[in-house]
Amino acid sequence: MRFGVVIFPGSNCDHDCIHVLRNVLAQDVVELWHGDSLLDDVDCVVLPGGFAYGDYLRAGAVAATSPIMPSVKSFAASGKPVLGICNGFQVLLEAGLLPGAMLRNQSLQFRCRQVLMSVESTKTPFTWNLREGQILQMPVAHGEGNYFAPKDLLDDIERQVVFRYAEDANPNGSARFIAGVCNKAGNVVGLMPHPERASEAILGSTDGRLIFEAVIEYVTSRSRVPALPRSRAEALR
Amino acid sequence: MRTLSPSTLSPEAVGLTRSEYDEIVRRLGRDPTPLELQLFGVMWSEHCGYKHSKLTLQSLPSSAPHLLQGPGENAGVIDIGDGWAVAFKMESHNHPSAVDPYNGAATGIGGIIRDILSMGARPIALVDSLRFGPLTDPKSRRIATGIVAGIAAYGNCVGVPTVAGEILCDPGYRDNPLVNVACLGLLRHNRIARSRAAGPGNPVLYAGARTGRDGIGGAAFASEELHEASEHEDRASVQIGDPLAGKLLIEATLEALGTGDVVALQDMGAAGLTCATSEMSARGGVGMIIDLDRVPLRETSMRADEIFRSESQERMLLVVRSGSENRISSIFRRWGLQAAVIGYVTADRELRVEYRDSPVVSLPPYALAEAPAYRPAACEPPELAEQWIMPDVLPTVDPGSALMSLLRGSDVAAKRAVFEQYDHMVQIRTVVPPGGAGAAVLRIHESPPKAVAITVDGNGRLCALDPYRGAKLAVAEAAANLACVGAESLGATDCLNFGNPEDPEVFWTFRQAVMGITDACRALQIPVVGGNVSFYNESPEGLVPPTPVVAMVGLVRDVAQIATQSFKTEGDVVVLLGSSAPDLAASYFLELIHGLSRGRPTDVDLTTHASILAAVREAIVSGLVRSAHDCSDGGIAVALAESAIAGRVGVAVTLPYDHRAEVALFGEAPSRVVVSVSPDRLPDLQILAANHGGIELVVLGRIGGSRLSIAGPDARPMIDLSIEEMSDAYESLREVFS
Repeated sequence: MRFGVVIFPGSNCDHDCIHVLRNVLAQDVVELWHGDSLLDDVDCVVLPGGFAYGDYLRAGAVAATSPIMPSVKSFAASGKPVLGICNGFQVLLEAGLLPGAMLRNQSLQFRCRQVLMSVESTKTPFTWNLREGQILQMPVAHGEGNYFAPKDLLDDIERQVVFRYAEDANPNGSARFIAGVCNKAGNVVGLMPHPERASEAILGSTDGRLIFEAVIEYVTSRSRVPALPRSRAEALR
Repeated sequence: MRTLSPSTLSPEAVGLTRSEYDEIVRRLGRDPTPLELQLFGVMWSEHCGYKHSKLTLQSLPSSAPHLLQGPGENAGVIDIGDGWAVAFKMESHNHPSAVDPYNGAATGIGGIIRDILSMGARPIALVDSLRFGPLTDPKSRRIATGIVAGIAAYGNCVGVPTVAGEILCDPGYRDNPLVNVACLGLLRHNRIARSRAAGPGNPVLYAGARTGRDGIGGAAFASEELHEASEHEDRASVQIGDPLAGKLLIEATLEALGTGDVVALQDMGAAGLTCATSEMSARGGVGMIIDLDRVPLRETSMRADEIFRSESQERMLLVVRSGSENRISSIFRRWGLQAAVIGYVTADRELRVEYRDSPVVSLPPYALAEAPAYRPAACEPPELAEQWIMPDVLPTVDPGSALMSLLRGSDVAAKRAVFEQYDHMVQIRTVVPPGGAGAAVLRIHESPPKAVAITVDGNGRLCALDPYRGAKLAVAEAAANLACVGAESLGATDCLNFGNPEDPEVFWTFRQAVMGITDACRALQIPVVGGNVSFYNESPEGLVPPTPVVAMVGLVRDVAQIATQSFKTEGDVVVLLGSSAPDLAASYFLELIHGLSRGRPTDVDLTTHASILAAVREAIVSGLVRSAHDCSDGGIAVALAESAIAGRVGVAVTLPYDHRAEVALFGEAPSRVVVSVSPDRLPDLQILAANHGGIELVVLGRIGGSRLSIAGPDARPMIDLSIEEMSDAYESLREVFS
């Protein structure tokens, strides 16, 4: 299948994602330049980690307005898979493709370390063949990964929580230990931990590969992901 | 605004002496203009001109069969085989970090990254060696946390992982911290870039960020002692970094180099355009004509001298093939950077600078670029030998609580609270992360299964007591750190931090340290590919301890065959390789527990050292040992504790030493490595040791349980501590840095 990895000025995990997708998982990868607007017929868009536009203003804020983003939004609206990793997650939040916002880490410092997280939802193209409650190990590396949403919204999106830091492993103070969320349809997923840093045994974990392999199998076998059950708020409406 | 006229500008006003002024007149055949004199002031500053050090540095060994570029360029380059090479260099950013810890450290990172980039290499790792005052002191705490935050802010954003480093504290660094940063880059053999300008008519292209008024006179400010008002007066000499621009400059420059149309390039660091234009033309034996009106400026109304001397960050100067300037410029613009042709290479060996259509500078580039060299007076500090006398008796201490104190001590304690603030994994090369071993290991996935290892080492405590032996020990320890992950040393880069070289005692100390590095590197056959000298590390409180720091790079042929320091498997046998006798002289134990900086450091026997390191490397590469850790600060007790803490497993050992408990446990001696081996492979290890010139091998005990128990030769228990309590002590820096 064909991945598109978006390159913003200041993306610094772009080459890492490309390496894993191309050399480890033998997939087609195209680089999508932030200043272009075409997605070049890709099957999945990855927004990599880094410091897009230096994270000046706010993490992800400037990148969310770059020329490529309208195409990413329509790609997402068509139900195709979009993955935001770390800074890519922050961009998706700023672009309004995912709910909530990122605050600075509770420590007010950057944190780079291995974490354990559990799979909370298998109703996304990136987790559909994993087990709910499955524990994955991969690193985090961020200064603004403290996920925030008001209580109502947190209740509302409870079923959109895709990953949660394991107990005692919350590296940033995230509300309800949230490490990753998806949109209502489930096709857009953002997570703070770095699966591309955990895709080769030599780097200490291959759990990150599971996330990429899930979407590869999803696309190539045209698997159907069970729809997310409606949230409580929707049901009430 | 202060105007320049010959009457207001004396040589002293730009930091030069009368005789240096006479030398300028001799080289030019006339008096320099005030602007020219300012350029000489900055280029002949110690920071740019190395005038007090370059004759001494000539003794450093700088050749090796695998060396592709030695000293004299922006960084050294060493072959790692299969068409790949690594570039590396270390630099200091001490003075800016004393005045403005955050920005000073951040721009130190940016600067060394661009040196590596100038060689055509992609920067793949950073290591830093930091010195602070005691972390209990409020000022030192502020400086230390500011420096760490600055390194994190720049390094994380620019996307180069910080993979190793060291932090050592001493009251002598309270007002003058040291920030030494090394960068490692990866490149193809045939893509080495250099800074020799060539080809008359070729355009000189300015690329990167705009030029502003920041950092003017930074090189000159780094070439004098810090004084009480430095923190306020010199702030304008500190540059402000922009890591995003730094990151874009990496990508754009590598892309530009890929076109094959870049003839030469150099970053604009100290002394900015002045340095880049004069050094590039001097190295190429050509001239340049530069039009300052074409330099992209951050603010209008900058004077010619400000534009030409500005040390604004994230700028490169390129000489490109005539006709390619638009194509190269568009690469930089596509990355959101400035690009402008500001001049041309000329054949006549004259550097001409114009401003507002008038010539403002016209001189031979070598005259500027090659500062005079001095051999300053040297005199051994008379009180040095007195400090070698050890006290007859030391108060008795409980070994267990002493070990806990050592583990808590800032020099030994885990640096986790610091390195977790750095992205040490980006670029997905980090196989052995910081804290995993004495050296970091980075896989080279472009050329599997190769990896490179990098480490940094220096010890001001030892060098203050004996600069020759201390510097030798720094080289020996760096090499040991590489061997303990299974790497062969390829080359070294050094940062030499001393006081005012015009003080004969300081200069003697400097010279001794250079001799120590020279002798050690020669004996171990490690070329020194370049480095940096930082003099004038003084404040009103006094001199910093003499601190030569060595960063060393090694090659791992197969990344699957490496070791780390953690004990791995219960039941494994713990073995000590090496027989040098532990000694409390100049030890960390003596300093931390007894408050004494006394005794003469050991003169490391480099022949023995080399054979032990070769044995350790072979044992690792052949898969015999499962962990390796050299004994350093805090002696064998700390080495055992660190391996146990890292492996989260206990160990019970008996030490072979007949010495008093604290000497056996905490005494220091080089060339001692603690390894662990499965019991069935022990005979193979014994054969290996015998084959390496009969290295002494002592079985100390076995891994198991959850306690560290150390007994003396008479089986008398000396230490019995739980791994949990030791881990807790070992993480003491959490309270400082998180």
